[in-house]
Amino acid sequence: MYQYDEYDHTLVRERVAQFRGQVARRLKGELTEDEFRPIRLMNGLYLQLHAYMLRIAVPYGTLSSTQMRMLAHIARKYDKGYGHFTTRQNIQFNWPKLEDVPDILADLASVEMHAIQTSGNCIRNVTADQYAGVAADEIEDPRIYAEIIRQWSTLHPEFSFLPRKFKVAVTGSDHDRAAVRVHDIGLHIRRNTKGEVGFEVLVGGGLGRTPVIAETIRKFLPKRDLLSYLEAILRVYNQLGRRDKLLKARIKILVQSVGAERFAEMVEAEWEHLRDGALVLPAEEVERIRAFFAPPAYETLDVNQPAFEAARFEDRAFAEWCRTNLAPHKTPGYGIVNISLKGIGEAPGDATAEQMELVADLAERYSFDEVRVTHEQNLVLPHVKLTDVHAIWQALKPAGLATPNLGLVTDMITCPGLDFCNLANARSIPIAQRIGKCFENLDRQYNIGELKIKISGCINACGHHHVGHIGILGVDKKGEEFYQITLGGNAEEDSSIGQIVGPAFAYDEVVGAVETLVETYLLERRNGERFLDTYRRVGIAPFKERLYDAH
Amino acid sequence: MTLQVVTANRLRDGDVVYLTAEHGWALWLDEAAVAETEVEAEALLKFGEAAEKAREVIRVYLMKVERMEGKLDPLSARERIRAKGPTTRRDLGKQADNGFKEHN
Repeated sequence: MYQYDEYDHTLVRERVAQFRGQVARRLKGELTEDEFRPIRLMNGLYLQLHAYMLRIAVPYGTLSSTQMRMLAHIARKYDKGYGHFTTRQNIQFNWPKLEDVPDILADLASVEMHAIQTSGNCIRNVTADQYAGVAADEIEDPRIYAEIIRQWSTLHPEFSFLPRKFKVAVTGSDHDRAAVRVHDIGLHIRRNTKGEVGFEVLVGGGLGRTPVIAETIRKFLPKRDLLSYLEAILRVYNQLGRRDKLLKARIKILVQSVGAERFAEMVEAEWEHLRDGALVLPAEEVERIRAFFAPPAYETLDVNQPAFEAARFEDRAFAEWCRTNLAPHKTPGYGIVNISLKGIGEAPGDATAEQMELVADLAERYSFDEVRVTHEQNLVLPHVKLTDVHAIWQALKPAGLATPNLGLVTDMITCPGLDFCNLANARSIPIAQRIGKCFENLDRQYNIGELKIKISGCINACGHHHVGHIGILGVDKKGEEFYQITLGGNAEEDSSIGQIVGPAFAYDEVVGAVETLVETYLLERRNGERFLDTYRRVGIAPFKERLYDAH
Repeated sequence: MTLQVVTANRLRDGDVVYLTAEHGWALWLDEAAVAETEVEAEALLKFGEAAEKAREVIRVYLMKVERMEGKLDPLSARERIRAKGPTTRRDLGKQADNGFKEHN
C-alpha cells in the first residue's frame, strides 16, 4: 500500500489544524454560514436531513487493517456505531457533530486518511478496479496511476475551483469493474501494437440528470504523458465549462456541445504546450510508486488445494458462497474474497463498527493486511489463500457478512435516499430491502443469474440507476414517492444507458413491477443468457407489455 | 391557509429543531409555534433568520404542517422523516430518543 511521505503528512496535518480553527471561528460567530459552507465542503462535511454528514476518502478503494479499525473507532466514538460505503469507494458517517469533526479529522490523519476533496468543484477521490493487482486479466495495477493522479490533483491550485465536480476512474483489465465509462475521465490501461503499456483516454461520461457514456479521445497515451494530458483536458474544461448554469457545468455537456472530435483537438492543442514540460512522468517515479503496490509475499502453491475443495464438497452453504463471492486470483492457490454488504433486509453499503473490526482482523490475519471497497458498495479481501477461505467464511457468518449474493439480484447499488439525503425525492433503502426480501430464496437468485439493480432517490443518480440492468429512480409526484424504471443500463466495458420503460410506479408497486420484469426475462431468455443479454436481444417491448398489461 | 412552522438544523450538532413561540428552538415538532397566516409565517421566519445570524441554527425555512387529532403532522414525506428519523432504522434519529413518545 502507498504510505505517506513527509509532504503528505504535513499537508493533512496542516489541513486538520486549519479546519479546527475554522470550526472554532464559525462557532464563535466570526464566520457566517455563507463563508463557512465552502470551507466545510472542501473537507467533506455536508448538512443532510437529520445531521451533518462526513465523507471520508478511501483512495482507489484501498484500506489497511489499521485504517479500517480507525473507521470503526470513529463510528463508535463520534457517530452511531456504523458507516456507509459509497459508490465512489468512500465512507460516509451520517451523524457527526460539527464540534467533533476536527477531532475526527485528526484521528484520520493519524492513519494517513482525510476528507479533502470529497466534495466541492474539484478533482474528487480517484477510483479504481477493486481487483487491482490481483485480477488474472490485468495489464497493470491501476492504483499506481490512481496514486500518481491523487498526488497531482490534491490541492492543485489551478483546479480547486472547477466549473463542477470532477471524477476520474482507472482500470487495468479488459473487463471494466470500475465503471470508467461513466466518469468525467476514464482511463483504461491498454497495450499498443508494439507491446507498450499506456492509457485509452475516455472523456465526458457521467450520470445525473444527463447520463452520457464517455467517448474515447485518445486510443493510446504513453505513460510519460499521463499528467500533462490530464492537465490539458482539465485546462480546456476549466476555460470552457459552463459556469453560468449548474446543470450544464459538467465536462460531459462541454464534450457533447462541441463534439468529442473537436474536444480532442482542443485538448491536443493545449497539450502541445505542456507535453514536454514539468509534468512529464519519469519512469523512475512510476517505479517508485509501483514499489508501494508490489505484490505481497505470496507462497508458492498448487492451483489445486484439496483441503479447500473438500470443504466445498462437504459444506453446501460454503460452496454456495464460494460460487458467487470468491473470484479467481492471478496467483495459484489464492482467491479474492468478496464480502457482501447487501445482507437481506439490511441497508446496502452499511457496516457496523463491529463488522469493520472483524473485516480488519480477517484482513490482517489472512489478506496481507489489505481491504478493498468496491463501487458496488461491497468489501474485498484481495489476497486470500484458498485454504483460509473456509475459516474466513465461518468468521463472517455470525457477523452477518456471509451473504452469498455477489452479482445477483439482491446485490443492489442503493443511495441513502430520502431517509438521509437532503437532495432526495424518494426513499431508496426500503425499496432495496423489499426487493431483497422478495428475491431472498437463493435457488431463485441462482436461476435469475447476473442481474444488477441500481436505485437512486433522485435524479443526481448517486445510486447509478442509469447503468443498472434494472434502474430505479425515485421521483416526487405531488408529494408522493414514485419510482421510474429503466432497463438495459450497464456500467462495464460495453456500457449503456437504460431506457425508461413507461410511467412511474407508486412505492407499494415497485417490488411487484421488478418481479414482473424478472419473470418476463425468465420467459424470454435463451440458453445461458443474462438479463442484459435477453434485454439487448428482445428489446423493451415484451417487458413493457407485461408490465403495463398487468397493471 | 396551510399551517406552517419554522424549522432548521442546530449549528453545533446538526440536530433538527423547530422555532417555539418563545423564539427558542425545540427538538420536538409539537412545541413549534404555528403560523396560521402568511403574515404570521413571515414574522416567524424573521425570528428564525435572526437566530441563524446569531449562529444558533442553519438552513432555516418554513414547512407545512396539518393538525391531526391535536398533533402537528408535516405534510411532506421529507419533513415527516426529519421529524422522526430514518424509516429504515427505528434506533436512529428523534424516534430513538426517550422523549419521542411523550411528544408524539
